[in-house]
Amino acid sequence: MKRATQSTETPQVGRSVPRLESWLKVTGRAEYVHNLRLPGMLYGKIFRSSVAHGRIKRIDVAAAQALPGVYRVVTSREVREVIPDPYYGPAFHDQPILAIDKVRYVGEPVAVVLASDPHVAEEAVHLITAEYEELPAVYDEVEAATSKAIVHEVLRPAGTFPDLKHLKDRKNTNVALDFHLRRGNAEKAFKEAHRVFEHRFSTQQVMHTPLEPLVSVAESTESSLTIHTASQSPSFVRIEIARLLGWPENKVRVRVPFLGGGFGAKLYIKLEALVSVLSLLAKRPVKISLTMEEQFFTITKHASTFRIKSGVSKDGKITARECEVWWNGGAYADIGPRVTQKSGFTAPGPYDIEHVAVDSYALYTNLPPAGALRGFGIPQLVWAYEGHTDLMARELGIDPIEFRRRNLLREGRPQATGTVMKDAALEKVLERLETLMDWNTPLDRGNGTVKKGRGIAIGFKACVSPTTSLAAVNVNADGSCIVYCSTADMGQGSDTAMAQIAGEVLHMAAESITVVHSDTDVTPYDMATLGSRSLFHMGNAVKLAAEDALNKLNVLRKELGLAADCPIPDIFKKKYGMQAGNVAGTGSYIPSYKSPDANGLTDNATPFWMVGASGVELEVDTETGKVRLTRLINVADVGTPINPKIVETQISGAAIMQLGFTLHEKMQFDAQGQLRNASFAEYKIPGLLDLPKEIINEAVTAEQKTGPFGGKGVGESGTFGVSPAIANAIHDAIGVRLTSLPLSPEAIFMALRK
Amino acid sequence: MRREIQFWLNGREVSAQIAPHESLVEVLQENFGLYGARESCGQGMCGCCTLVVDGRAVSGCLYLASLAEGASVSTIEANAELDEVQQAFIESGAFQCGFCTPGFVLMTRQLLDEQPDPDEEAIKHYLSGNLCRCAAYPEIIEAVKLAARKRRKA
Repeated sequence: MKRATQSTETPQVGRSVPRLESWLKVTGRAEYVHNLRLPGMLYGKIFRSSVAHGRIKRIDVAAAQALPGVYRVVTSREVREVIPDPYYGPAFHDQPILAIDKVRYVGEPVAVVLASDPHVAEEAVHLITAEYEELPAVYDEVEAATSKAIVHEVLRPAGTFPDLKHLKDRKNTNVALDFHLRRGNAEKAFKEAHRVFEHRFSTQQVMHTPLEPLVSVAESTESSLTIHTASQSPSFVRIEIARLLGWPENKVRVRVPFLGGGFGAKLYIKLEALVSVLSLLAKRPVKISLTMEEQFFTITKHASTFRIKSGVSKDGKITARECEVWWNGGAYADIGPRVTQKSGFTAPGPYDIEHVAVDSYALYTNLPPAGALRGFGIPQLVWAYEGHTDLMARELGIDPIEFRRRNLLREGRPQATGTVMKDAALEKVLERLETLMDWNTPLDRGNGTVKKGRGIAIGFKACVSPTTSLAAVNVNADGSCIVYCSTADMGQGSDTAMAQIAGEVLHMAAESITVVHSDTDVTPYDMATLGSRSLFHMGNAVKLAAEDALNKLNVLRKELGLAADCPIPDIFKKKYGMQAGNVAGTGSYIPSYKSPDANGLTDNATPFWMVGASGVELEVDTETGKVRLTRLINVADVGTPINPKIVETQISGAAIMQLGFTLHEKMQFDAQGQLRNASFAEYKIPGLLDLPKEIINEAVTAEQKTGPFGGKGVGESGTFGVSPAIANAIHDAIGVRLTSLPLSPEAIFMALRK
Repeated sequence: MRREIQFWLNGREVSAQIAPHESLVEVLQENFGLYGARESCGQGMCGCCTLVVDGRAVSGCLYLASLAEGASVSTIEANAELDEVQQAFIESGAFQCGFCTPGFVLMTRQLLDEQPDPDEEAIKHYLSGNLCRCAAYPEIIEAVKLAARKRRKA
């Protein structure tokens, strides 16, 4: 195989380096947990609840236990022998490893069968029976706020987040967090406004469906655990498993190879606590691989309802905005309360509005849990505020781009929280979209039964804060380099980006650098791979670590009396008399941050802003309701792209994924909370035939001054504008407004005939 | 219950003890350590489990191993050197997480064997049974076109 030259003066940042793992992926050799088999390994298969809310009266595992080949059947009783208080979660300790006393949604894990043969385990699962005393259930997020059906008897905040502490021991409520923001006096401003508009929007529950379904393997000794897991957050897994077991962190080792997609599904703890307990009980390695169907019962994206109200002055300036958002968190909070707060404060949109009121509620319901999905709540918000923006522009008779431009947040102006906008190229992105859309040329409207329309939308996102990343960079005696970081490469190209950043500092070709995958015994702490935070946070940490290594090399050069440009191998030869030794640099990064005050205000809410806008041209067949996208244009501010090609594919991939959430995807529940379409046969994700005729993805020229070499996150920005841009274009084409996702042919057909 | 079957795997004659319910993907993973074909949706809807049996692509998660008796089975691991399709996928950046990639590569080879110069519509239709959740679709289309050019040159 061809090896790249290590030392180089070619810039590494801004170069479209092919992914470091390209060969592994096109030959089917990339390492996934999916592939892992360990000696003596047992497979676990999960028996799940068949009711949405009920007390467990009886679980009968006798027939399953008696099936030849079954090693053991485990329920919460056995779990508690290992962990007396087996509740986990990043925001609330509310999720039992297996259901205890109660089940809270259809599909909740109740028991596990272990067997050497997964088919035997699966057969045994079908022999388990359970009886429940059914309880009233609640499914709708707005109803949940006042419902008599209470999902959790008592709230158990984890204690990690200060704004959740006051919820401890709260009873008779489904509200897992209420976030409030008040700036100015919205009520008064509405009275003084020239016009006031109010709309209500909703989004549906959908699933990430990574093609590598969730999978974890645990192996144990009496006092240590190794967990091999498809996880976006190995450091969190280690800390949380150590907490559950009362063990020190160094007795829990978490390894993460490549992920076959993540999108937020593989965050915090999913199967890791379960396989850990099972391995400790069975004293053998245990693997659980979910099926595609089971993923739908594990983690989803929040359904939401958003009531939005704006006051507008005579000259088309938005003077006041009121936002009320309900997030359907399902039966367990997962990271929902963070979505409620971290996304909640951007609910008024990227507009300069003096008087703002936001109320954002995380609700428990009897549906599968909801967490983070590519955008951390932002796509739900943009869906509402950009539909609202378009409706207002239409009513006011102002061009939708002009109306946005009139109200857009400018650099240096305070956002709703009071945090000043910095390095957020909102105007530039909108302008570029206008040009690419050829907005000033009228669109051919089509004739006959097929109508044409166009629409745009723009959104922004703050980055979850404050979070920490650490990295180490090791330079070997031959001048080769290894980067150690716990960022999980789930397809976003982080290995390649980190190698480019280290290579830029050390003047080495990115292709020659090795990036070690997460192993908590080896790679330093990282908060998680989520929310487009890694390129910025880990990128900064890797840059600092590489600079530290470079600095140490320079000190050695000086100490040894070598020239400033002395090649690295010669430094080590001089120092150790042979090819020996190494230099290790370390870096840690945490941005500054200020918690919001009682009014939700802070002058430092985020380390950086992400900006994304989409424009759409489409055709609607008025006889069938079918929508066909002829153009989809996505423009984003990603700072300075570290790897332009990967940046482009990230914007594109995010937008196409959001296209699925916009036009097709919806988890459909019946009146008993049973999911009816938990398979690819009935839950349709985008394929090649769903592509728009033309798709353009562009990053505007920009710089994130605090980012590594001007870069910042890009994984989510492509999702922001897609849904509302399509709804706005449909409105433009057929004069009908849809306020609920998905924009299915049925929904359009019915709306046309209303 | 188990019985021995013989078949050709990536050009070599092999045998395996299989149970009647086992899929070909399972047997390749458990008996031969080949993980390039992988089960994802379990319904033959996504193409991650694509294998080539007697020259035709099949969904390996639905294809019973016993049906492979005497057949010639080929997987992504068959070729030692990268072919034009694999090179084109790398050059076009036609994958992200890589989980679906072997299936796309095998289907693209079959497409180009049948149609050496497919247009965009033909590519979309032929590969529509393979799903990519990362949605690297525009890059995949580019890669197929590039692979076609590379093959014609070769």
